[in-house]
Amino acid sequence: MKEDASFQQDFLIKGGDFAGAGKVSCEIKNLLKELGLNSQVVRRVAIAAYEAEMNVIMYAREGRFDLLITPQKIRIIVEDQGPGIENVDLAMREGYSTATEEMRELGFGAGMGLPNIKKNSDRFLITSKPDHGTRLEITILTNGQRPQ
Amino acid sequence: MLDVIEPYIIGSGGGGKELLFRRGMTMTLKDILVLVDGELLTPEMDIGIECPGIFASDLMSDVLTFVNPGSVLLTGLVHSHAVRTACLTDVTAIVFVQGKRPDMKVVDEAREKNLPVISTGLSMFEACSRLAQSFPERAR
Repeated sequence: MKEDASFQQDFLIKGGDFAGAGKVSCEIKNLLKELGLNSQVVRRVAIAAYEAEMNVIMYAREGRFDLLITPQKIRIIVEDQGPGIENVDLAMREGYSTATEEMRELGFGAGMGLPNIKKNSDRFLITSKPDHGTRLEITILTNGQRPQ
Repeated sequence: MLDVIEPYIIGSGGGGKELLFRRGMTMTLKDILVLVDGELLTPEMDIGIECPGIFASDLMSDVLTFVNPGSVLLTGLVHSHAVRTACLTDVTAIVFVQGKRPDMKVVDEAREKNLPVISTGLSMFEACSRLAQSFPERAR
């Protein structure tokens, strides 16, 4: 990739679409692999994307991924229309979950999603407005170096 | 390490076959298939691949958080989410335990993602126990 080159793509995710869960993240992973990015970086993006995708499917009416790839970073902005999060600090706590039985039967809803997105990101921002929706900004640097 | 011919362990797997692991070597998927007395649901796929670790969980949230790349996933979840989670976390293969068999469409999806899948009649505990006894210690 040239220094000033960039790639942008939007993806739509439907709330409740459990059958399609993971498709967008797999697509993003394949795209990054084709670009020849470091495999650890690709894996971290894939995991963060999948956790975010599952959150939209489990809780929101719909959501949009705005993927931006530059030579320096991969950035995904996730915006959903849904119930939002009352207490973001609580939602960021490992093990805290409001998942239903159906979500847990699929192996999700253990309260690890948001903390795991943060763990895999180099920069992570979350804002939420109850009854409106949640916005995540996930940034992962392409050089694979984690800030200390 | 290839010149070390000392058997690492002898485990009795399906069909009375013996497994010989050499010290310093990791297990292959073929070794795992024999140890868990499993059936390879994707018979055309290469099972000579090395498996540097094992991870056992029904909780995909835990897989996404804790699995090391290259590990083999043992799970009782026969949903396509297991395949997608495995693919996204660079898992090498899936072993479905407790005699569970995923639908053909789940197997097809695994095949598309180049992910071998095995089914075993063993319980999660028994499958883990057999693998733990035979797995090269440092790779656990």
